[in-house]
Amino acid sequence: MTQAALSNEVSVLDWLSSVIEQHGTKPSSLIPILQEVQKQHRYLPEELLTYIATAMNLSPATVYGVATFYAQFSLAPKGKYIIKVCDGTACHVRKAMPVYEALRKRVRLVDGKSTTDNKRYTVETVSCLGACGLAPVVTINDRVYGQVTPDAICLIIDELEKEEGDQA
Amino acid sequence: MGSMIIDGKTVEFNGETNILQVIRKAGIDLPTFCYHSELSVYGACRMCIVEVDGRGINASCHTPPEEGMTIKTNTMELRKIRRNALELLLANHNRECTTCERNSTCKLQDLAQRFGVRDVRFGERDVKAPIDTSSPALVRDPNKCILCGDCVRMCKEVQGIGVLDFANRGSKMVVTPAFNKSIGDVDCVNCGQCAAVCPTGALVVKSHVDKAWEAIYDQKTTVVVQVAPAVRVAIGEEFGITGGRSTIGQIATALRQIGADKVFDTSFAADLTVLEESREFIERFSEKKNIPQFTSCCPAWVKFVEQYYPDYMDHLSSCRSPQQMFGSIVKRYYARETGIAREDMFVISVMPCTAKKFEAERDEFKIDNNPDVDLVLTTQELARMIKEAGIDFAELEPTSMDMPFGFATGAGIIFGVTGGVSEAVLRQAHEVISKKELTNVVFKEVRGQAGVRAVETQIDGITVRLAIVHGLANAGRLLEQMKAGEVSYDLVEVMACPGGCVGGAGQPISFSASEIRSERGKGLYREDQLQQLHKAQQNPMLNDFYQKWLQSPGSAEAHEALHTHYGSRRRIDGEAISVNEFDSAPIEIQVCVGTSCYLKGSVNLLKLLTKKIKDEGYEEQVKLRAAFCCQQCAGGPMVIIDDKVIGKVSGDRINEIVQLIKDKLRVSAS
Ligand code: SF4
Ligand code: SF4
Ligand code: FES
Repeated sequence: MTQAALSNEVSVLDWLSSVIEQHGTKPSSLIPILQEVQKQHRYLPEELLTYIATAMNLSPATVYGVATFYAQFSLAPKGKYIIKVCDGTACHVRKAMPVYEALRKRVRLVDGKSTTDNKRYTVETVSCLGACGLAPVVTINDRVYGQVTPDAICLIIDELEKEEGDQA
Repeated sequence: MGSMIIDGKTVEFNGETNILQVIRKAGIDLPTFCYHSELSVYGACRMCIVEVDGRGINASCHTPPEEGMTIKTNTMELRKIRRNALELLLANHNRECTTCERNSTCKLQDLAQRFGVRDVRFGERDVKAPIDTSSPALVRDPNKCILCGDCVRMCKEVQGIGVLDFANRGSKMVVTPAFNKSIGDVDCVNCGQCAAVCPTGALVVKSHVDKAWEAIYDQKTTVVVQVAPAVRVAIGEEFGITGGRSTIGQIATALRQIGADKVFDTSFAADLTVLEESREFIERFSEKKNIPQFTSCCPAWVKFVEQYYPDYMDHLSSCRSPQQMFGSIVKRYYARETGIAREDMFVISVMPCTAKKFEAERDEFKIDNNPDVDLVLTTQELARMIKEAGIDFAELEPTSMDMPFGFATGAGIIFGVTGGVSEAVLRQAHEVISKKELTNVVFKEVRGQAGVRAVETQIDGITVRLAIVHGLANAGRLLEQMKAGEVSYDLVEVMACPGGCVGGAGQPISFSASEIRSERGKGLYREDQLQQLHKAQQNPMLNDFYQKWLQSPGSAEAHEALHTHYGSRRRIDGEAISVNEFDSAPIEIQVCVGTSCYLKGSVNLLKLLTKKIKDEGYEEQVKLRAAFCCQQCAGGPMVIIDDKVIGKVSGDRINEIVQLIKDKLRVSAS
């Protein structure tokens, strides 16, 4: 089901209950159900997890435990653009941190948050993306940018903002 | 059956499920963190490792005994591995032992001492996680958790709830309630059993010792103390008195020495409960109304029903627990009798129980915000106060309790052990129904340790079916069977703690719980034997009390002072799900999708309602939410329109709701 179809035709809850119906309420269905929620919302909203626990007759603590165990799931909302700044040894030495700081400032992330309030950007650091030759490396969704400088990252964001603005 | 060689000695085994049990039977105290005979085997701490000939090093808790095994429990390599494991645990553990609640009862501390760990070679954890003090009964300090999972399995397997579980992984792994919430914001029933098995100070009972001293030091306050039955057979353990010997006389002396103004016995209030509860039972039984009757003495069980079985709320006895009956009569009548103002009287309970701390804070038991019971101390906390006061408890001269509430019959005393409430009620119900004197007061069939005991007993030719249950997982299973129509009973006694109150989480900590529990239980039955009177209805002080204040059991006055009414309760605090995006619409409709309403089809109802609203063209006027439990489960499915609550909404009442929307819009338009 697509995002558009979701908001126009059926409510989140109808969608979720049909997902649960499809997979069944045996404990082994939990992971596939969480995967669908993650795909649909790009994170696992707490209230939906509580609903899943209710519908599957599991304790919410167990559902939370599974949801936090796998790296593929996120409990915090993620932005449309997930930006990863590599801070592996090579990138670190080549000044990845100033890039990271400049980026956070450019998208106005404060107080240790990792996702912007408009849910457009999520900024994370990772340890080694395996492209050390290009250090410092930044990825935005699946695109890789090499030898990024603080100025360069701001230009890249400017571009994205322009695209987003054109769309709106 | 068979035999094996352990450290060179031949040892027989017979029915043990793992070699750890055989080794311990042989008198070797092999260390463990994550093993409890009453829980499933987890096998994570690796302290119990042994060398099995031909198989190398194994976790003994995980290995079934086999004929002819040769086992070594103490080798250079084993010692190295254990010490290493201990050091790693200590590295991750906040080591402020001197200020820890569990100083001297901590297993980690004990084993570090036993294995002579004098130096921790690994660094300390640098970030401190916040300490959770939200619960009225427990304090959770994640910085002291060693991830043994004992609490997780206790809450799931014995209490059937699952408040706690592992979350995250690797170095970030924690044991936590759902969504990292505070333990006071989720479905914890405050039984404290998780804290009773926690080997460290990561989960402890909340201490109210300081507040107790404050009240005692305050010259203006009259401190009235009640002591629960199960305390007398356990507190001695803190002072070297074992075997479930009652020390009620020493407790009275110690309390006076500490500064209590009056020392009374909760067993008096238990006698009172017997009269009220059996009267209620006989009435319901003869009218076949709300049968089975559930006992309501255990506040953890009451909260369990409130959260999970809203449709059975009416089955709970309306009787307050003995603790709350006591608080009520002291602050209502004793205050009047002695001319002391309610506000100047401070009632302290000494309880084996942590859930009583929660119960005392319930709104049902307050008058003008002044609680009937001001403070609850556990057995452990009283022991600490006695030690703090420098009293040599074991050498104290016993004294008797104060009158009138210091006099109890054996019926009130056995309340502290599983089956006790049923037996006490039977002793009364027999005489009321048959109008003959009951000569044999012992009901062997309700006694015992099995988790569920179904008993049929004859009263004057009438069959009464009882179920006696301890452990909430057992209670949950029984209720499911009742729902499915597989079993039916007339009276169901439930105590959340294994063994009943004697196994309460406020009792002295012990790592061989089941044996100690049964000794304490036997101690209470012995106390019953030693009393002159065994039936609550014989209590002369109680009969005087009825005459003076309450007339008779079940009177209007008794109802006001001794009974209550409980309601259903949300399991977890959290936000509602937005069903449409019209957040600023003038009308808000919430449909409850908490467990009970969910099972009554509220999700489908919500679907119908959404469609209807759209078809009628009101879509943008209504903000729709799916909420989690509005605490009126028995009347579900519930719908809330702005602040109007409508119960039992079925598909054919949707038009009614649409009409309400129309009315509201008309009002706001005009
Ligand atoms: S106090 Fe009881 S209900 Fe609460 S978390 Fe501990 S074991 Fe579970
Ligand atoms: S809180 Fe205690 S019992 Fe629970 S996992 Fe941590 S150390 Fe073990
Ligand atoms: S007791 Fe065997 S691994 Fe913990």
